[in-house]
Amino acid sequence: MTAADMPSPGAVRVRARGWGWRHAGRRAFAARHLDLDVRPGERVLLLGASGAGKSTVLHGLAGLLGSHDEGEQEGELLLDGAHPAAARGRAGLVLQDPETQVVLARVGDEVAFAAENLAVPRDEIWQRVGRALDDVGLDLPLDHPTTALSGGQKQRLALASVLAMEPGLLLLDEPTANLDPDGVLEVRDAVVRVLERTGATLVVVEHRVAVWADVVDRVIVLDAGGGVLADGPPGTVLVQEDTRARLAAAGVWVPGRQPAVGGTMPGGPGSSGPDASGAAGEVLLSAQGLGVARTRRGPVAVQDLALQVRAGEALGITGPNGAGKSTVALTLGGLLRPRAGTLTASPGLAGEAGGDPFRWRSAQLVQRIGSVFQEPEHQFLTASVADELAFGPRQAGVADPARIGAVAERLRLTHLLQANPFTLSGGEKRRLSVATMLATAPRVLVLDEPTFGQDAGTWAELVTLLRELVADGVAVLSVTHDADYIAALGGSTLHISGGAGRLVSR
Amino acid sequence: MASPTALKGSTPSTRQWRVVDIVVASVIAVAVGVLFFAWSAGYSGISVLTAGFPPLGGLYTGGWLIAGVLGGLIIRKPGAAIYCETLAAAVSALVGTQFGISVLLSGAIQGAGAELVFLLFLYRKWNLPVALLAGLGAGLALAISENILYNALWSLQFQLLYVLFAGISGVVIAGLLSWLAMRGLARTGVLSAFAAGRTADV
Amino acid sequence: MSNDYLTPVLTGRTLLRANPVSKLFAAVVITLALLASIDWVSAATALACELALMPLLGISVAGLARRIWPLLVAAGVGAYGTALLAEKTGAVLLDVGPFLFTEGSVAAGVAVGLRGLALALPGIFILLTTDPTDLADALAQKLHLPPRFVLGGLAALRLVGLLVEQWEMLGLARHARGVGSDGSVVARTRNLLGQSFGLIVQAIRRATRLATAMEARGFGGGPRTWARESTFSALDAVVAVVGLLVAAGAVTAAVLAGTWDFLLS
Ligand SMILES: Nc1ncnc2c1ncn2[C@@H]1O[C@H](COP(=O)(O)OP(=O)(O)OP(=O)(O)O)[C@@H](O)[C@H]1O
Ligand SMILES: Nc1ncnc2c1ncn2[C@@H]1O[C@H](COP(=O)(O)OP(=O)(O)OP(=O)(O)O)[C@@H](O)[C@H]1O
Ligand SMILES: [Mg+2]
Ligand SMILES: [Mg+2]
Repeated sequence: MTAADMPSPGAVRVRARGWGWRHAGRRAFAARHLDLDVRPGERVLLLGASGAGKSTVLHGLAGLLGSHDEGEQEGELLLDGAHPAAARGRAGLVLQDPETQVVLARVGDEVAFAAENLAVPRDEIWQRVGRALDDVGLDLPLDHPTTALSGGQKQRLALASVLAMEPGLLLLDEPTANLDPDGVLEVRDAVVRVLERTGATLVVVEHRVAVWADVVDRVIVLDAGGGVLADGPPGTVLVQEDTRARLAAAGVWVPGRQPAVGGTMPGGPGSSGPDASGAAGEVLLSAQGLGVARTRRGPVAVQDLALQVRAGEALGITGPNGAGKSTVALTLGGLLRPRAGTLTASPGLAGEAGGDPFRWRSAQLVQRIGSVFQEPEHQFLTASVADELAFGPRQAGVADPARIGAVAERLRLTHLLQANPFTLSGGEKRRLSVATMLATAPRVLVLDEPTFGQDAGTWAELVTLLRELVADGVAVLSVTHDADYIAALGGSTLHISGGAGRLVSR
Repeated sequence: MASPTALKGSTPSTRQWRVVDIVVASVIAVAVGVLFFAWSAGYSGISVLTAGFPPLGGLYTGGWLIAGVLGGLIIRKPGAAIYCETLAAAVSALVGTQFGISVLLSGAIQGAGAELVFLLFLYRKWNLPVALLAGLGAGLALAISENILYNALWSLQFQLLYVLFAGISGVVIAGLLSWLAMRGLARTGVLSAFAAGRTADV
Repeated sequence: MSNDYLTPVLTGRTLLRANPVSKLFAAVVITLALLASIDWVSAATALACELALMPLLGISVAGLARRIWPLLVAAGVGAYGTALLAEKTGAVLLDVGPFLFTEGSVAAGVAVGLRGLALALPGIFILLTTDPTDLADALAQKLHLPPRFVLGGLAALRLVGLLVEQWEMLGLARHARGVGSDGSVVARTRNLLGQSFGLIVQAIRRATRLATAMEARGFGGGPRTWARESTFSALDAVVAVVGLLVAAGAVTAAVLAGTWDFLLS
């Protein structure tokens, strides 16, 4: 690969010797025994199970794991021979969550911010801003407000504002999570374009390997127990049968290999679901001429939806970023007031609560419809994972410790029961927010992007769990960009775009 | 590792302000500044109630002192109380209160009242008595400056009563409430980046 | 409360172009002149000048009244309080039980009320004509306040504005988890308190994360440059001079009228 043979003078060399980091308040090291040499200009894809410490490594490289107030460090980690905190401005990190890293109110200022901090002269700053925005294909006026951006645009903005630093080491933490398939390719191509121009070293973390496999020189797989599980060119690591098997066993996504999913395909042959038992899909919720909007007076996101949610059926909701999927999910979850039309709960679902889910009291809602929000942190209410799991059932008055324990076990949260929900890794947060809703055992589940940031192992476990629920007669609605997930759960798909929904049944 | 008792007495390892100190202090100050706006609007109502005997209004003043005490208790760095109280005042001025930009001066004075108490304990003690004293310090600073700047035409005995009431209000509202808020926040784990929030291992 | 309190809709073309520092200077001089004395002449003069400058704000009288009515109430209450408590000099105007108003005390009350209004208005001028980002640029570049604190404050201002918007989302999330705003008054109040606390928790949470994001982009150490230069123009000289004139006019009028009453004397 030419970029690695002829590194640009600015590219950074990374060296780690026995490096490890333990967060204050945790007994286990987040990452440990790491020995690495990354040549200047090399492009590295960093893989590993959820919670293996990938984000921690990136934070370390970016010099953000500083003082001993925040944790304990082992070994050494060097950028061009210097401590990362001393090599300020050499590494640019795009955090796992683009939403929370916007600093300023205008797009131009936001992109200029990093260059200002590095004391770049004023004229050059604006050249860099223009170039960075061009690179990521964000064609907006410089004074466009940073609040008025879609998910994909935010992701690009985060990338542009790091590119304006012209870093010698570009660190990307799941830069395409939550993007629609077109957006994923666009963001990836933007990164490749920039690397081609600057020759910078790249370390990118992503669970879905296929997107990056063609454009990186090297794949490094972190072992959850510390150290490195595999390291080499993608053509070797991802192709040789022995490493593939090892990675799959560790829960890492391997291209071309579906993780083994338990349970039966709902509605498929041999399914013992409601079709077989004869209670064929009792209608739980039905929407007629439904129009949905985020706010009382704001624009309508999707109009004139008609659909029926049946017991023991899965429904996928797909569509491009900003199409209104989450808004539909919140409305179907009884949380947003329909702008037009009606959403009616069948007597079988509503019981004594009345037919309009929007009017249900909270304790009634939580027993009937469970909603998992797109942003997991929005839903955390307590200070520990255990409390969080017990919370919903207690509100509903149906606390069942055995069920809670089982859910935690299957979603690999047992070792984190005492941890604070907000300190979890990205994937762990997602699993916890799903688990909280499973714990209350509602008859309708509405999940917004349930599989983002999940490794193959937890993905399979989650899909298995949901298949079992569907088989037990729960209706599962999922907003998702994940085609494998939709295929695994079956059922029909509601495709939303341009303000309208189109139901595709199979 | 720190134990839950650290909630009361732990001190950060450096006196330097880190970026996270600045941003969190600012967020606390801005949030409280927005509350000041509501609190100031409420003051109009309260002052109608206390109109029969205006020095009683001193009992209401503690609400304006929370930013300094709370900011000091959480950030635990020199200058935190003054910075938070002044910024909160500036935000309430930006949002629009009846006191205009003169609140900047009041904010700095009140913050200094709390700061002085933290300084007296050399930024080492952060327990309930210190919090109450800081509230008292802020209350006295408020009362004295208000008496000079706004209540100057009141006769002396009313001014003295105002000092008394403001002191009580400072202790209870600014001191006690801030301390409770700090403890509550520490329990949620959001203060894990601060000495105020170090809790047990997991 | 809505977000637009923190990122207000700016009005007043002319003043919008002035440097925030010059506006701040004008406001500070006027405020100092007013603070120095409590008398009705200086207060009335400053207030009259401020009202005369109102058209610069480009906001309708009704719009302004809607924004500043709490200030009017507060000024009225302040006036009343002083009239009740001030030294009772001059002829008795009203005497009902404990309520004794004399000419002297009522004059003092009027002075305090006018002064309160005159003190409040400069803040409104700045609020309606200043973009927070411009203000931060000016404070750091022209007044040389420490950039880390100025930018930290600016970021916090934006963050809290966002969170106020997120109040609704937080309510939905709580409802979905089984704690909602229904039930008795007590339950509602508890829920409201819980939700407010939740908002503060989220604010601090986001602030911690934002600090990390800022550091990841090189914020916090060493010198920095500014992409947008904060500049002074002729307009700023005019703004400053107008501020000085108003302040000086108020003081002069009071001294000439013999009502000037220096606080610290
Ligand atoms: N601020 C923190 N405080 C305490 N523990 C933390 C903190 N951040 C992460 N951890 C823990 O450290 C471990 C590694 O987390 P990290 O975020 O690096 O994982 P990851 O590999 O990026 O996972 P994911 O793929 O889910 O994002 C996890 O067990 C996590 O719970
Ligand atoms: N909190 C909000 N307040 C107002 N408008 C919003 C809010 N959140 C999203 N919107 C707007 O509503 C529209 C629909 O957004 P929604 O979140 O439903 O899209 P989505 O299909 O879920 O997108 P994504 O795939 O990016 O999550 C978008 O135009 C978006 O900008
Ligand atoms: Mg991660
Ligand atoms: Mg969405």
